[in-house]
Amino acid sequence: MIEIKNISKSFGDDKVLNDVSFAFEEGKVNMIIGESGSGKTTLIKCMVGLLQPDKGSVLFNGKDFLTLELSEQKEIRKELGMLFQGGALFDSQTVEENIVFPLSMFTDMSKEEKRERANFCLQRVNLENANKLYPSELSGGMKKRVAIARAIAVQPKYLFCDEPNSGLDPMTSIVIDKLIKEITEEYGITTVVISHDMNSVIETGDNIMFIYKGDKWWQGNNADILKTDNKEVNDFVYAAKFMQTLKAKL
Amino acid sequence: MRIAYHFGKYFLLMKKVFLVKPEKWSVYRRLILDEMMKVGMDSLFIVSIISIFLGAVITIQSAFSFESPFIPLYAVGVAVRDSMILEFSPAIISLILAGKVGSSIASEIGTMRSSEQIDALEIMGINSAGFLILPKIIAALIFVPILVIFSMFLGIAGGYAFGLLSGVVTNYEFIYGITYDFKPFNVTYALIKSVFFAFILTSIPAYHGYYVKGGSLEVGKASTNGVVYSSILILTYDLILTQLLMS
Repeated sequence: MIEIKNISKSFGDDKVLNDVSFAFEEGKVNMIIGESGSGKTTLIKCMVGLLQPDKGSVLFNGKDFLTLELSEQKEIRKELGMLFQGGALFDSQTVEENIVFPLSMFTDMSKEEKRERANFCLQRVNLENANKLYPSELSGGMKKRVAIARAIAVQPKYLFCDEPNSGLDPMTSIVIDKLIKEITEEYGITTVVISHDMNSVIETGDNIMFIYKGDKWWQGNNADILKTDNKEVNDFVYAAKFMQTLKAKL
Repeated sequence: MRIAYHFGKYFLLMKKVFLVKPEKWSVYRRLILDEMMKVGMDSLFIVSIISIFLGAVITIQSAFSFESPFIPLYAVGVAVRDSMILEFSPAIISLILAGKVGSSIASEIGTMRSSEQIDALEIMGINSAGFLILPKIIAALIFVPILVIFSMFLGIAGGYAFGLLSGVVTNYEFIYGITYDFKPFNVTYALIKSVFFAFILTSIPAYHGYYVKGGSLEVGKASTNGVVYSSILILTYDLILTQLLMS
């Protein structure tokens, strides 16, 4: 389980996060939603240690990640998988090399074992036979799927996804959402997803936090979010016309 | 203030590069070999061309300068040898490498930063600074001195060949010149310089690439800054080391 307590972060005079606390449930898809610039990516970066918050703590199974020794932080990081907005695949490596990379760094698996694991992960994300392709030869959706395959190669306990649907068509978005949901349930991973996409929120959001101007504004699940009378949440959720139609039917 | 800021940030980066234990030496060994290919083998052609032409130009220029009957023509051989060993091979070749290798290092690391590949390494629990920069520095420390020695031989050979072809110096005079009063310390001095230059031409562009903020425009700027600052530092250290080692 991951818990954040009183996370605050400023960049100069610009206060981005203000005393944000939340408990991310184990084996569930936890979503952080909010407008662009509300502080979602900053929060996720504070959680994985890419940014140092000004105040607060990030607890991984009760251990405060931010106060741990570097070696202890490294141990927790080995249990993390992250899907970046652009995929962040290593350009100079093939798909298979990208997936095998964390295994080469942290395990003593033989070449054959690593290849088998890569094939298994690629099969899991429906990308068989893409082993020899380079990231530049992949479409946006394929890059995201390879990034998921790389993240699950080391069997992580925690999976962080920064806008997994950005830049994807609706069909591919659904495929990625389904994949994240399935992987979360299959491996009992604690997944944290940042999203703007209301379809993803409704389809996969087991536990949702809405951030508004750096504050935690609302929390609930995908059923609650459609019925809430919180104005800011409603403005966000029902911004699109099709969502307004859905609201009228409710 | 800005210089002090960059100076401090550079030293903190170097601390991260050298004082954090590599995750797996076998992976680092392979990376060092890859980098040796990039820094060394891929630069052989340009180093060869420049060295041969430098040697040839020094031969012709010194032959025309030494018109006085009181200066023997074997002085052309001495001039080519000393110019190549003392200055042209270590300094000019390092400046060329700062342009070729330095810009490639800054843009490679800068692109990795802007496309979040460095963040991905950090998330995996890998010391990204050590993983990306250490192999490049080690490869350059090993291969740049080799390139410098190679350049010395080719420069002198180029001077010899052009000297004979143009008829400005005879075979005997040139060979006598390059062996006359030869000081082996000069080669040691050149190699010491090349080790310092190798460190500068890899670590400075790596620093500029590692801390890129923004997109492709900033990566381009980082690449330019990396080459400019490493060239200035190479020339500065050239002066300092010459003063320290030759005086």
